[in-house]
Amino acid sequence: MEKCFHCGDDCRDELILHREKNFCCTGCKTVFDILQDNDLSYYYDLEKNPGISPKVSEDKYDFLQNESIQEKLLDFNDGNHQIVSFVIPSIHCSSCIWILENLNKLNKAVNSSQVDFPKKTVRISFSSKDFSLRDLVLLLSRLGYDPYISLEDYDEKKANIDRSLIYKLGVAGFAFGNVMFLSFPEYFEVEEFWLEQYKGVFRWLMFAFSLPVVLYSGWDYFTTAYKGLRSKMLNIDIPIALGIAVLFLRSSAEIILDLGTGFFDSLTGLVFFLLLGRFFQQKTYAYLSFERDYKSYFPIAVTRINTEEGKITEEQVQVYEIEKGDRIIIRNEELIPMDAILIKGNALIDYSFVTGEAEPVEKISGDKLFAGGRQQGGIIEIEALKPVKQSYLTQLWSDEVFSKDKRGTFQTLTNKISRRFTTAVLSIAFIATLFWLIYDPSKALNVFTAVLIIACPCAIALAAPFTLGNLLRIFGSNKLYLKEASVIEQIAEVDTIVFDKTGTITSNKRNTITYEGIELNPSEEEMLGSSLRASNHPLSRALYELLKKHNIATPDEFKELTGKGIESSYKGSRMKIGSESFVRENASANVATLEKPNKTAVHVSTNNNYKGCYVFQNAYREGISELFEELGQDKELVILSGDNDGEKENLQRFLPEKTQLFFNQKPQDKLDFIKKLQQQGKNVMMVGDGLNDAGALAQSNVGFVVSENINVFSPACDGILDAERFKSFSRFLQLSTKGIQVIKWSFLLSLCYNIIGLAFAVTGHLSPIVAAILMPLSSISIVVFTSIVTYRLGKKLKSE
Amino acid sequence: MEIIYMLLAISVVVALIFFVAFIFSVRKGQYDDMYTPSVRMLFDDELVKPKTENNKSTKHE
Repeated sequence: MEKCFHCGDDCRDELILHREKNFCCTGCKTVFDILQDNDLSYYYDLEKNPGISPKVSEDKYDFLQNESIQEKLLDFNDGNHQIVSFVIPSIHCSSCIWILENLNKLNKAVNSSQVDFPKKTVRISFSSKDFSLRDLVLLLSRLGYDPYISLEDYDEKKANIDRSLIYKLGVAGFAFGNVMFLSFPEYFEVEEFWLEQYKGVFRWLMFAFSLPVVLYSGWDYFTTAYKGLRSKMLNIDIPIALGIAVLFLRSSAEIILDLGTGFFDSLTGLVFFLLLGRFFQQKTYAYLSFERDYKSYFPIAVTRINTEEGKITEEQVQVYEIEKGDRIIIRNEELIPMDAILIKGNALIDYSFVTGEAEPVEKISGDKLFAGGRQQGGIIEIEALKPVKQSYLTQLWSDEVFSKDKRGTFQTLTNKISRRFTTAVLSIAFIATLFWLIYDPSKALNVFTAVLIIACPCAIALAAPFTLGNLLRIFGSNKLYLKEASVIEQIAEVDTIVFDKTGTITSNKRNTITYEGIELNPSEEEMLGSSLRASNHPLSRALYELLKKHNIATPDEFKELTGKGIESSYKGSRMKIGSESFVRENASANVATLEKPNKTAVHVSTNNNYKGCYVFQNAYREGISELFEELGQDKELVILSGDNDGEKENLQRFLPEKTQLFFNQKPQDKLDFIKKLQQQGKNVMMVGDGLNDAGALAQSNVGFVVSENINVFSPACDGILDAERFKSFSRFLQLSTKGIQVIKWSFLLSLCYNIIGLAFAVTGHLSPIVAAILMPLSSISIVVFTSIVTYRLGKKLKSE
Repeated sequence: MEIIYMLLAISVVVALIFFVAFIFSVRKGQYDDMYTPSVRMLFDDELVKPKTENNKSTKHE
């Protein structure tokens, strides 16, 4: 099949030959022409078939004329000049960057534009004299680069990115390097003449460099240690803060009293390595967000119909302003932002955002529509039943679980260890001091501080950040994207896994179809294919894709009745395709009705003879049985589905017996279910996909979202798993458990260093040079150890 | 040997200059997008003229 020169898709439906090139639709051809006419065909030289087929619907962006909405979207506006940033999900290659940065060649009003590829954003500055924001968006949209504008953009813009860790790391690294350089002479030459002369200068310079390290870079350790003490938790930051403080005070005392050079090198090095660990633990995926709520999905504005004094006017209104009783127009592909009643038109609502169910539902006038559904097909008119924030779906977000910080109460492995560690260190310090007080009081203070310095758990504090940071990257390259490193520790503790059904363990891409009834003869099949091809109904398209391809003929007569089905005729025979009631009307019935009326089916009759129906079934993801078998060995498994129990028997057949199944679960039920499990002392992992799982995802200890397409937003969660890696789900869990073992081994290793150091300290032999060697050595060897082990673990995962 | 004060001062000042440069570059967001600039620098600014036009202009000359 020919490929489209612009977008690279197969030219399935039509083939347009234009300037010796193939195009799959007029949209693609138009973009090609625009670029060609403006000398921008370099676009096609950069990458092969780089384009995106544009879906232009001009009135989609009418709301941009509303000034208050404009104001919220613009970054800068002085009347003549405006700057705006857009998220454009379709940015995917270098051609995209090039064309978006050359917008000024398409329209003179654009001054400049800059793309941030990882974030998929473009920042455009343009003169707004005779070019509006709406014109700009339409320009982008015509090229196939539709910006994503949602309700989220209406709320306050987020504060700037927190870069303080980089600054702190910079300060510590800068001071560390300089102090090392200044303290080097005294490592070797102690009695040398010139050194004696200038060592005062060197020492005070070191003191000056270490001041910002203690007061700025390392200050966080003091505050968290203080918080830990106040809440009576001996966290790892307490011995660290103690170490930093003692290092600084003893060193300062030493140079003031001219006793020695102090430990400024160890001090700055310690803080630098600790911050490096923190920095390494952070790995952000620029385009993924783990904080999304319904606002990312919902439109910023809708079209309201006002009837004043008999006149009917349309108006673009911000969605928060919609009140009960307002009439609203929803067009094709638009989202219904609040619970409403269908007044006019034929609704075909796709609830895949909400439930993960890909099959759209048909609704007729008078039916209730829920917020979050997407209209497919014609224009409908609805009447709002509730404002946006009080709708069935959005109310879920008023649950307190969404305002809680999940990680707040979690005890990390490091903190658990540090409890014993801190008490041990303090008791050793006191016992050693007591011993020296009796034996040689002049050395007591020296030993006390030396113990606290050497016991500073730098290596222990580094073990977890580097192991988890490495695992985070390994998971990322295997398409499991985690929100933060500490999630891994929580995965390792999970004992109960709750799955959503639709969209999570079933795939919403591949439907399987079975045919029930009298077999169709080849000419009937041909006619069925031809009739389906002419229809735009999603079910027709899905069925057409899945049927074997036949010769395509144009039906002599073709009629599509919305909400019912298709009626067509070809060479004298008539065919009806569609809903059961429509097809069975006036048809002689030779075939019994379906056993399970809950299933999605397309019925067929020819010449008023009912033939049978195609039944759509969700395809379960590959390897699901094996996965559940494997997970079920040491974990409790639950399936929570929002659907009816039509699939119950089927599920019971191929899932392990112990798996608990629950159906007809509303979003709030799912949340409560998880809460109940947690009250029984379980560590629950929730695996879901849609907005209806959002509550359960937030409540669970670990919430994962399975996503067919990472570029489509996922609800707030702790991790996003690419659906194609779903079958290796249990590997990720095993790897997390192994990661925890690695941390434990590293603790053991660093304890060895501490024991060696303590031997120096309690005997009163800790010199600056011993500390300066021991501290980096222990830290670096821990980093090397964890890196090598996690790398080997990761290799195993990748080879699968 | 008083020169050592001078040398120390210079070395510290040079180090500080680089440090301040680093802080500024972070603050201005130069490290926020590490990927796009690497692609952008490979673009040619040249616009591609349609071939027919080129042929015509060469004939005229």
